[in-house]
Formats: sequence, C-alpha cells, structure tokens
Amino acid sequence: MFLIERCEWLAPDIKRFQIRAPRVAQKFQPGQFVIVRVHDHGERIPLTIADADPVAGTITLIVQGVGKTTKLMNRLADGQPIRDVVGPLGNPSQLHRYGTVVVIGGGVGTAIAYPTALGLLRAGTRVVAIIGARTASLLIMEDEMRAASQLLIVTTDDGSRPGPRLVTDALYEVMKSEPKIDLVLAVGPIGMMRAVADMTRPHGILTRVSLNAIMVDGTGMCGGCRVVMGHQTRFACVDGPEFDAHQVDYDLLAQRNRAYREMEQESLRRFEQHPDWDMQWVAEQCRLAERHPEILVNPNTPPNSEAH
Amino acid sequence: MNDLSPKARMSLPRQSMPAQPADERSHNFSEVNLGLSVLQAHQEALRCLECTHPRCTQGCPVGVKVKDFVALIAAGDLLAAAAKLREDNVLPAITGRVCPQEHQCEGACILGKRLAPLGIGYLERFVSDYEREHGVHTQAAKVPTTGKRVAIVGSGPAGLSAAGDLAQRGHAVTVFEALHEPGGVLIYGIPEFRLPKEIVRAEIENLRRLGVAFETNVVIGKTVTIDELLGTEGYQAVFIATGAGLPKFLGVAGEHLAGVYSANEFLTRINLMRADQFPDYDEPVFDCRRRTVAVVGGGNTAMDAVRTALRLGAARALLIYRRSEVEMPARREEIQHAREEGVEFLTETVPKAFVGNEQGLLRSIQCIRTEPGPPDRSGRRRVQPIADSEFEVPAEIAVMALGTGANPLIQASTPELATDARGYIAADPETLTTSRPHVFAGGDIVTGGATVISAMGAGRRAAAAIHAHLLMPDSKSDG
Repeated sequence: MFLIERCEWLAPDIKRFQIRAPRVAQKFQPGQFVIVRVHDHGERIPLTIADADPVAGTITLIVQGVGKTTKLMNRLADGQPIRDVVGPLGNPSQLHRYGTVVVIGGGVGTAIAYPTALGLLRAGTRVVAIIGARTASLLIMEDEMRAASQLLIVTTDDGSRPGPRLVTDALYEVMKSEPKIDLVLAVGPIGMMRAVADMTRPHGILTRVSLNAIMVDGTGMCGGCRVVMGHQTRFACVDGPEFDAHQVDYDLLAQRNRAYREMEQESLRRFEQHPDWDMQWVAEQCRLAERHPEILVNPNTPPNSEAH
Repeated sequence: MNDLSPKARMSLPRQSMPAQPADERSHNFSEVNLGLSVLQAHQEALRCLECTHPRCTQGCPVGVKVKDFVALIAAGDLLAAAAKLREDNVLPAITGRVCPQEHQCEGACILGKRLAPLGIGYLERFVSDYEREHGVHTQAAKVPTTGKRVAIVGSGPAGLSAAGDLAQRGHAVTVFEALHEPGGVLIYGIPEFRLPKEIVRAEIENLRRLGVAFETNVVIGKTVTIDELLGTEGYQAVFIATGAGLPKFLGVAGEHLAGVYSANEFLTRINLMRADQFPDYDEPVFDCRRRTVAVVGGGNTAMDAVRTALRLGAARALLIYRRSEVEMPARREEIQHAREEGVEFLTETVPKAFVGNEQGLLRSIQCIRTEPGPPDRSGRRRVQPIADSEFEVPAEIAVMALGTGANPLIQASTPELATDARGYIAADPETLTTSRPHVFAGGDIVTGGATVISAMGAGRRAAAAIHAHLLMPDSKSDG
C-alpha cells in the first residue's frame, strides 16, 4: 500500500497529494502517469504524475474530484494509505531544446503540463505558458507555472481575471507576437485540445496533446484506451499518452470516454449518499497498515537499496 | 491396490464429471464442474492399465507421472497421490481444470484407442482439491539455501511454475506482477466458473510458504528495467514470463465503437475488477442484460467470454467463428458446456464491419459467410468469403477474442534482447536462454498465445536451466 504523506487543497475540488512510491519516484519523467486503485473495491484510474522527488521517494498527484473515484480520493487525508499505485507508465514528453514552445494547461491539465514545461525550460527552451480555468478560484499551480516559463498568460472563462477568456484567445495573441513557435503542447479538456489543434494546423505548427483515455491495466494488455491517429489505432497507455494533435480523432475519443457515463453517475450518486460505505474500506486498509506497517514501506522499496 | 485384470479394468466405464445443470449455471458464476466424489475417483483410478511405457506422461508438457499418482488413488492414499503429482506439477488444481487433456495426457492414453481414455484431468483435480480441502500442504523437503536470487517477471502459469521449482532448489525467488494481484491470466483471464479464484490464491499461498516473494504493482520495463534487476536490484538471473499481452483486433470499420471490447478487457473488467458486481465494485462493464453479446473467435478465451456474457444476463450470446465448429481450438468440454448453456454458434462467418448509432454505441455487426479455401503454407485451409452472403446481426456488445500479440514493454526497454519478426522474445526452446546473459524467457512471450500447461512446461524448463546456470562457477556473482 502507498502512504499519503501530505495532501492539501489547491482549489475547490482540486487536491494535491504527495504519495510515498519510491520506485515510481525514481523513474518518473515528465508526461508519465500512474494507475491508482484507492481500495479493494475500487476501479483502476490513470492519473498523470505532476512531480516526483526521488530522494524523498514521493510522487505528486493533483486530483480534481469529478467522478466517484476522484471524489473519494479527495476525501483521503495525510497518513492514509492508497491500495495500489503502479507506474510510471506511458512515454515521457520529449524534452529537447526547442526555440520557443507554448505550453497550454486547461483546468487540471495544468498539473499535467507543468512538469513538461519545467523540463523544457531546464533544457534551454523558451517557454510561453498559458493556463486557464472556468473561474479564478479554480486556477491551480499559477506560481509553479510562472517559475517554469518566461511568460505566463492566465485565462478565465468568466473573465474573473483580467486578460483573455479562453486559452485559444491567448494562443492567438502569442501566435501573432511570436516570430516562430516550434511546438505547442496542450493538455486539458478534449474540446480545448481540439480547438488548439484547429488553430495551429493551418500554420503547420507542431502540436502535441496528452490524451486521457479510459484505461484498465495501463500496460497495453486490454486495448480499452485505443485512440485513432489518422488511420492507425494506437493505445494511449503504451503508445502515448502524448500524440500529434493534428492526427487525433477527437470525436471518437469523446465518444469512448462517454461510454460509461450512466454507470459513472450511478456510482457517484451512491457514493455521495453513502460515503461511509467506501470510507469503511479505507478504514479497513488503514487498520491493516497499522497492524502491518511493513506492507506500507516495503512493497515498492528496492530490497537492497541501503547497500547502494 | 488394483487387483483387477486388464479386461476387468477395461470393462469399467469412464466416470462422468458431476456438473451444475446448464439452465442453473448459466445464471451464476459458481464453478460448472463439481468434481468427482471419492468413490468416483477410486473407480476411475481403477481403469488405469498401468502401462510399462506410459504414453500419458510423454503427452504431458510437464511430464506428470500419471501412472504413479493414479495408482496411489487406487490404493486409497490420496495425500500421497497429491504429493506425487506435485513432484512434477506445482499447480495441479489449476491444470486439472484448464488443460486441454484431450490433446495431451488423455489424448495419448492407450485406453482411448478403443474406449474412453482415463479421466486424468478429473483425477488430477480431485487429488489436489482433496489436499487443499483437508488443509494439508505438501511441503517439499527443505534444501539448503543457495544464496542466489532470481527475479521472475510475470506471475502467470510460466512464472509461477518456475518460481515453485526454483524455490524448491533453494534459490531466493521474487515474482514481479504488473497488476495488483498475482496470478496473471489465471486471475484476470479465466473466469470464476471455470477456475475459482480461491484455488489460484491457494496455490499462490503454497508458493509463499515455499519462500517465494511476490511484488505486485511493478511493471518491468517501466517501474524497474531488466538491467536494474541484474544490477542495483541484485538478482543473478531473470526469467521473463510476461505472456502475450497485446490484444488483436480485426482492423474493420467501427471496431472502436463503445461496446466493442477485446476479450482481455472484457474478462479483466469482470474477473480481476469484478464489474459483474457493480456498483459494489467500482469498475463498470457494459450492461449485458436484455442485450445481444457477440463474441468473435473460437478458442478457450472466446468460450470464456461468451459464457461470461450469458452469466451477466445477456438475452442472446453469440459466438462468431470464421471456420467450422470442429476446427475451433477451444477445449471440447468448453464448447459442449457453451452449447448446453444456450450459446448460439455462428460458424463460417466473419464480421465485416461494426455499425453504431449517433452516440457511437454498437448496434449491429455486418457479417459475411465463409468457406474453406486452398491450404496455406502450414497446411491449414485458408478461409475465404462467399460472395453476396452478407447479413447483419443486431448486437450491442461485441468481444474480440482473436488471440494476442507480443507486448513490447520489456523488449523496448532492454537493449540487445533479440526478438523474432513478430516481436516475441527469441529464446532457445530447451534452455530458454535469450541473447542477453543471465536472462531467460518462456511462455506466451516466446511462443505466442498457447495454453496454461505449455507455459508451465516452459517455466519448468526455465527453472532447470536457471538452476544449472546459477551453479556454474562463472555465473554472475552475488555482487
């Protein structure tokens, strides 16, 4: 089991977790994700890793409470264990030294875009960051993104912050003022990523998006996360999660992501009426972790790590 | 003791396996076969002709000494029979249930020339169940520990059998599993009604008692690489037994509609994630009730998927197979069970396209009839479509059970690990050595999709080869 060392609210419904997962922390590269199962009756969901500290052996996840599992996760507190965390999965972002890169984060997508922005900046790339949210109180990681870019533009759909309302409005301005953009990376809702792709396509600007397909195992075994690129089928878990934004069949992705909508709503309704049913599973694994602390520390610690 | 004359033995009928009635079991996930009674097992054991050169043992991929363990059943010493079985087979309660005995031990049985072959699978299952239900754990004699550490990648049948054999030889074994529960295909793939998970867990517990360590949630190639296992992690040998985990699709239109699953996904959602118990378990699966579920394929996985659909309440469960029923690669028993339970067979048929509604949900499958064509290079007849034979089958859920390909995670992260043209790891068929020193590979990741028992056979050969390798003076030192 994997201990939550610290967690804190970043915005309403958005929480940051530091989770002890030494092996994942050792290997993490920006762009990669983990699959999490909160308790024994839980589903497996992919969550992109926002940051990692290989020395402390922790990874950072930023979770927006949208469905049952993410809302359940956001009820967890410091010192509680998560049943399963596996990763890092997927391919890392390519952190070359580009001339200028525009990194766009929409909503909680900002958390996913952040480590790549930082990696690009450290590689010597000029990073222009655009982050957006529905309203100012939902903006996350503004300070981090400012530190990971030469220029940060903040957008709010409702105009609660001065400036452009949509990330595409901001991108339009950047495209006008920047003489040459080598890459645009967009992470956020499907509609946003599609809109960005539509804007950059006529200009031939290389554009990449990180796709949040539904997954089960995350290792290429089930094919549930298949996405279509041009005429080719790809698995988001092992071939992605980043893809050429101009090739993605967004309609198909949106349809497949809606496939379980009714069941997801039923699950969420049940959880909101009886959160105690799930919190019992959590309490049970807390007791287990108290009785057998070794299952918290050991499972993901290399056995002879002290020797090296 | 078996005092019967050969003639008397041959006059005994083969015992039939008690099973849940078809109309009952098609609505529940409890095991279909109920197992022989003690009396039945004894009667069956008496049928063995105790050949001087038993062909059954040769027919078994792990060389189980059938004659010896069956004789112990005839003599009434059931626990000794179980111990004898375990000398060659570390997972007998599993193989007794899922082996294609008709092509292996029973297919070779001399009785089968004129009569029904000895019920070896039934007897194997019987003694290992007897052992487990009586809480007895046959423990091999403790051997001195060698101080050598072996990492096994994957906890399916190949990995588990190698782990058992290596632990019995005194090596320290760790099995790495990518999912959250060990067992591989035995847990995520084969359904409860054919292989109860309690049995898999009991066999894994037996291995733990032998000293085997399991580490779940580790994807070798991602979380840890093969090079790290042999380096910082301090293992002297690695056995790659990841299975062939990459689902195949037909490549026809509409295959990505919601409601079209790979068999791996459909079965994993139910077997591993218990989507059949949604919303008590969170993972969902499409509701099969009052709907038509069509499974494409003719192997054991296809049978598992289509019979699972019935148990999930499908109004119609269809099996679409491109060849004829006799050519289906599934075990005979599974085909028969599926038929009894009400699965409809649509043979000599292939899907041409999947058709959805405006929400992208599957609504029907366009099919075309096939006929046998000229033989291919392997001698198997090709399948060719019959012109103008298209027809449409209404279906809301489709499951593609077309076999699997090579999952590339390990190959991609392990430099200089040679693969064949299809991406499977190249390994010597006998010694299972790969192009990398200290790295062995076996099971489906080498051969492509095969059976539980052939993977176990590979696990055994790997264990023997790794044992020999570790005892060589120039093998990798303990670092």
